[in-house]
Amino acid sequence: MDALILARRTVTKMVRNPEQFIDVTLQPVLMTVIFVFIFGGAIAGGTEQYLQFALPGIIVQTIMFTSMTIGVNLNTDLKNGVFDRFRSLPISRSAPLLGAVTGDIVRHTIAVGVSLLFGVLIGFRFHTAWYEVVFAVVLMIVFAVSLCWISVLVGMLARSSGAVQGLSFLVVFPLTFGSSTFVPADTLPDWLQGWVAVNPVTHVIESMRGLLVGADYMAPGSDLGTEILWVLASCVVLVSVFFPLATWAYRRKI
Amino acid sequence: MTTFAIEAHGLTKSFGSTHALAGIDLEVPEGRVLGVLGPNGAGKTTAVRILATLLRPDSGTARVAGHDVLTEPAAARRAIGLTGQYASVDEDLTGVENLVMIGRLLHLSARDARARAAELLEQFELTDAGRRLAKTYSGGMRRRLDLAASLVGHPSVVYLDEPTTGLDPAKRDDVWSMVRQLVAGGTTVLLTTQYLEEADALAHEITVIDHGRVIAHDTPLGLKSQLGGQTLVVRPTDIADLPTVTRLLAEVGTREPEHPSEDQVAVPVAGDDALVRTVARLAEEGVAVTELSLRLPSLDEVFYALTGRAESDPALESEGATA
Ligand SMILES: Nc1ncnc2c1ncn2[C@@H]1O[C@H](COP(=O)(O)OP(=O)(O)OP(=O)(O)O)[C@@H](O)[C@H]1O
Ligand SMILES: [Mg+2]
Repeated sequence: MDALILARRTVTKMVRNPEQFIDVTLQPVLMTVIFVFIFGGAIAGGTEQYLQFALPGIIVQTIMFTSMTIGVNLNTDLKNGVFDRFRSLPISRSAPLLGAVTGDIVRHTIAVGVSLLFGVLIGFRFHTAWYEVVFAVVLMIVFAVSLCWISVLVGMLARSSGAVQGLSFLVVFPLTFGSSTFVPADTLPDWLQGWVAVNPVTHVIESMRGLLVGADYMAPGSDLGTEILWVLASCVVLVSVFFPLATWAYRRKI
Repeated sequence: MTTFAIEAHGLTKSFGSTHALAGIDLEVPEGRVLGVLGPNGAGKTTAVRILATLLRPDSGTARVAGHDVLTEPAAARRAIGLTGQYASVDEDLTGVENLVMIGRLLHLSARDARARAAELLEQFELTDAGRRLAKTYSGGMRRRLDLAASLVGHPSVVYLDEPTTGLDPAKRDDVWSMVRQLVAGGTTVLLTTQYLEEADALAHEITVIDHGRVIAHDTPLGLKSQLGGQTLVVRPTDIADLPTVTRLLAEVGTREPEHPSEDQVAVPVAGDDALVRTVARLAEEGVAVTELSLRLPSLDEVFYALTGRAESDPALESEGATA
């Protein structure tokens, strides 16, 4: 209940600061344009085919960046004393964090929506049933909500919001590039294969490809059901590790 | 028997090698105002944060409204309202939204939260600004909104950390009358300040702290008499009269007169007739004056009187700065 009141605050702030949406909306658009129209020809031999392959990965990358904004916002709240007010109120200690994470669902939804819409505008086509597409969006958001606890932890520990941004990039970078976001996993160097196989982002992207464009676009030999289970398992691991750590960091924060 | 709304014993807190609190005792009886007076870095904010359950002390105990801040923080939080030294309002929300959100977090219904917000905005003369984003507020308005925010839940114990720093004199008077109103309603207040004048105006008792230690605790009257009363300041019209004025003030003062500026003479005085005697003596000698005033000692003078050294001891100051 307290968390919902605070989630509403997050959403109000988001609406009041539309510049926070600019990265969310512009980034997938730019990424798509750059990768599909500039590199697409070289990577896959055709832009249309490459768009079908790359868009799911670009959505996943976008959502990873939107998951990281929460740390910056929370760090600002810590610094300007808003959290002191919350912490002196008789509300549960995790409420401000849960509230921020819940409110951010709006941001994730917009990010996924904009990416898909832009993709469709420039020629992306779904080859699956509508419920698979809906499930893909939900799975994306579940993953974003789980992943953002890393950012919450970083936001609680870092000294400045600039540092949060830097550290978040360090988290996102190996996750995206050590995966099949832009090129099929089997074309990546051997030494990276081990990481690619366990990297949860690889499984999220494979699931997205399976759910949005069909099994043809997934890595050879992979199975959609297994990939989805991998994603859900990673979510459970992310939340059970980073949620307690983040709440602990918030509590001891002075 | 007195019941204490706030009771702290032997609180210590260090940040690295800085001993922010070196063993502090504070007691505030229910319904009274304690003024905590101290210079920058004395440990005022640290003490308030511990009493507000925002910071854990390294050692010592504290009870607020009968609840131990370490073992029953949730119960303690229900009793307290905190206005920190730096305004903690959400700048992207309007004044109304800030207060309604806190009301809702305190489990008021939406309607009650709005009513309480309107009432507080009225009380703090923010009604017109209520629909504007807090980031457009002036420093004084922000402070008042912050004060209002700490009162939403009708707390029985209120902490005000330097509530008037940065306010103009008229707004400072408003805060003072708000504090008096709270106390009239039975609220216990702990207020930190750097001004003896403020502590004198509001507090029933004053605790003076410096470098994390209590160096004096008394009623305002008792403290003032310890300090040698008030300070008399005279500015002669003709600067040539300065030696005469200095000689006259030496007769009425309790210490050697000082020169706060090159055309002023100041001396601490005791007794109620000092001003009258000075005026009479000045008239006898035929000295014209442009300024003649009686004021409370400044924090510097308080420290000089209590510790025999200037307020900011350079050695201790640099020790604090390295931490
Ligand atoms: N989080 C912190 N980390 C390191 N040092 C701290 C921290 N908080 C306070 N200090 C140090 O503890 C000492 C007491 O600080 P405190 O803020 O309690 O003083 P204060 O009396 O409130 O001063 P002011 O009048 O400037 O507000 C100072 O030397 C300060 O530098
Ligand atoms: Mg302070």
